[in-house]
Amino acid sequence: MADETPKPQELLDRIAYQPPAKHWMDVPVNIRKGMYCYASNPKSVEYLSMPNARPWNPLEDDWQLPENWQQILHEGFKERLEKFRSIKVFMDICVRCGACADKCHFFIGTGDPKNMPVLRAELLRSVYRNDFTALGKVLGRLNGARPMTLDVLKEWWYYLFQCTECRRCSLFCPYGIDTAEITIFGRELLNLLGLNIDWVATPVANCYRTGNHLGIQPHAFKDMLDFFVDDIEEITGLRCEQTFNEKGADILFITPSGDVFADPGTYTCMGYMMLFHYLKEKYGLKVTWSTYASEGGNFGFFTSHETMKRLNAKMYLEARRLGVKWILGGECGHMWRVINQYMDTMNGPADFLETPVNPITGTVYQNAASTKMVHISEFTADLIRHGKLELDPSRNDNKIITFHDSCNPARGMGMFEEPRYVIKSVANHFYEMPANTIREQTFCCGSGAGLNAGENMELRMAGGLPRANAVKYVHETFGVNMLACVCAIDRAALPASMEYWVPEVDVTGVTELVANALILPGEQERTMDLRSEPLPGMEEADE
Amino acid sequence: MGLMAQLALRKDVVVDKWFARVVDTYPAETARFLRSQKDPFANPVGRTTHQQLGTLVALLDADWNPDTARSALDPIMRIRAVQDFSAARATGFVFDLKQVIRGLMKSPDDARWIGDLKQLDRLIDEMALISFDLFMGCREKVYELKANEMKDRTYKAFAKAGLIKEVDDE
Repeated sequence: MADETPKPQELLDRIAYQPPAKHWMDVPVNIRKGMYCYASNPKSVEYLSMPNARPWNPLEDDWQLPENWQQILHEGFKERLEKFRSIKVFMDICVRCGACADKCHFFIGTGDPKNMPVLRAELLRSVYRNDFTALGKVLGRLNGARPMTLDVLKEWWYYLFQCTECRRCSLFCPYGIDTAEITIFGRELLNLLGLNIDWVATPVANCYRTGNHLGIQPHAFKDMLDFFVDDIEEITGLRCEQTFNEKGADILFITPSGDVFADPGTYTCMGYMMLFHYLKEKYGLKVTWSTYASEGGNFGFFTSHETMKRLNAKMYLEARRLGVKWILGGECGHMWRVINQYMDTMNGPADFLETPVNPITGTVYQNAASTKMVHISEFTADLIRHGKLELDPSRNDNKIITFHDSCNPARGMGMFEEPRYVIKSVANHFYEMPANTIREQTFCCGSGAGLNAGENMELRMAGGLPRANAVKYVHETFGVNMLACVCAIDRAALPASMEYWVPEVDVTGVTELVANALILPGEQERTMDLRSEPLPGMEEADE
Repeated sequence: MGLMAQLALRKDVVVDKWFARVVDTYPAETARFLRSQKDPFANPVGRTTHQQLGTLVALLDADWNPDTARSALDPIMRIRAVQDFSAARATGFVFDLKQVIRGLMKSPDDARWIGDLKQLDRLIDEMALISFDLFMGCREKVYELKANEMKDRTYKAFAKAGLIKEVDDE
């Protein structure tokens, strides 16, 4: 008996270290906890009059699909191929060169080959070939075609919600294929079957009904800003009162509701309020907030084109109702991609508004001539450039800062210099992360496009690795302790990512740094920053 | 020359062979990428792993220090703890080092190496135990992040709405 017991060496020799090499179509989808977000709440799906609202669970075999689900998908696919020329082209022209394959933060972090953008797109292309191309119909799998089955559908769902639509991959595609558009299209198809995630569906329903993702009603929205007025008074001695829904104001300000309700975005929100107070006192500029268009973000963008359009419309309706000249937008990510890439053909042209002009500096924002919407960093950079803000950068001296280019303002609207100019003007210690991780090539926070839920934390951490890895480098090399960004999702997602990967680094919005440095007319001697922590050199005053 | 000293001379070979075994715990397409991309920012998993394995191999010849081993294993385990690995598969690569070293020896069964190999196996076992601890620490951190996000979301919303009454200091 004892002789039959294998020796340790024999056991070790039997271990196959490499997973068996299989064709990707033969690797079944394994929906793993920690990697997916919960299914949409049927009430939210119903509220938007979207089809097939029902409770379902991704882990169960039966997804409670409508009986003719394959037909619905096929017809939905066909309709969109006819409607969106770009999708038809993206389906046809990929030569599978692999240039995009290793550029995705989810592939880099998870090591799952189906997160290679080319393969994620291939999940859809294989069905496209089968249903819509002659070669695919005749040659089948030889031509990379496969029929739509329940397993394929589950694979679509699992991987289309492991893409943050950040578009880093598209930067490297020699044909300019935008894999984010393929994800957007794929998610739109899934929504035909009621297969959304709740982290997207419920914010969309809230936004559609109440005006913001969190479903905060107008009086509570105003209450929150009033609390900030009290907080700012403790720090500066001044009450920076804001106006709401004011007709005839110069500018309507719209920011993601995350800035109003979630730390550390709340400090950025206080920063906006202090800036607007300063501009009103010094230059008489009238900026108003809206409790109706109280959301800059647009999770409709992660649902369907129609939903994106419905949520985007309220900004412009509100601007028209209030009779403002133009819209100033806060530090948001995908809001800017919706504005720059889709708004004009969805709800534009907003010709009832004026081409934005900064009344204090006279700068004409020609880049926003059509959208009529200016980014707060463009606006602040312009004010600083013209010497219109009195600043004391030394108040940020305890912060050694690096800047994370948020995917959408960077790749979606090409804004690289303004936030950097602002940071360098309001702080003395700034260091860049390595070149292949910033600007156009910036790595996503890992939680965009509605994936900032709690239940998919493993996915978020893995997807956040490439960004965190670059932050770790500047932390170790230059002592960086503060990661600045211009996106509310970043401010919500990056603190957790930092806590896991580089716990010594904190996260801030750019306007929070501005307000720390901003010398408000008539302010008391400042001893605290916006987080009520002592300013450099004021540690004793705090005690 | 003792085994440890010989290993030090062939450190790069040991590291490369060990690295190849670790990389082969990933699917083939991923393994190719992890092996070939040398930029640490384009390939944080591959380069971090390679670099830290180097530190661990060097430790075998130096004065063994569990803290240094822990610092070297931490970045690797932090990555593997959020990837598609069970605890055993995430940490199992440490034991591979035993096979890598024996594979490089002409006669690993020779009696003169028994003492050195025993010592080596003991250090590698210790590394494995450290990596189990690190894996558990990372998993606990992930669960803590999940719990805290959930807690903060509700608590802070209530607090800001003025619905929380704290116990007064006095």
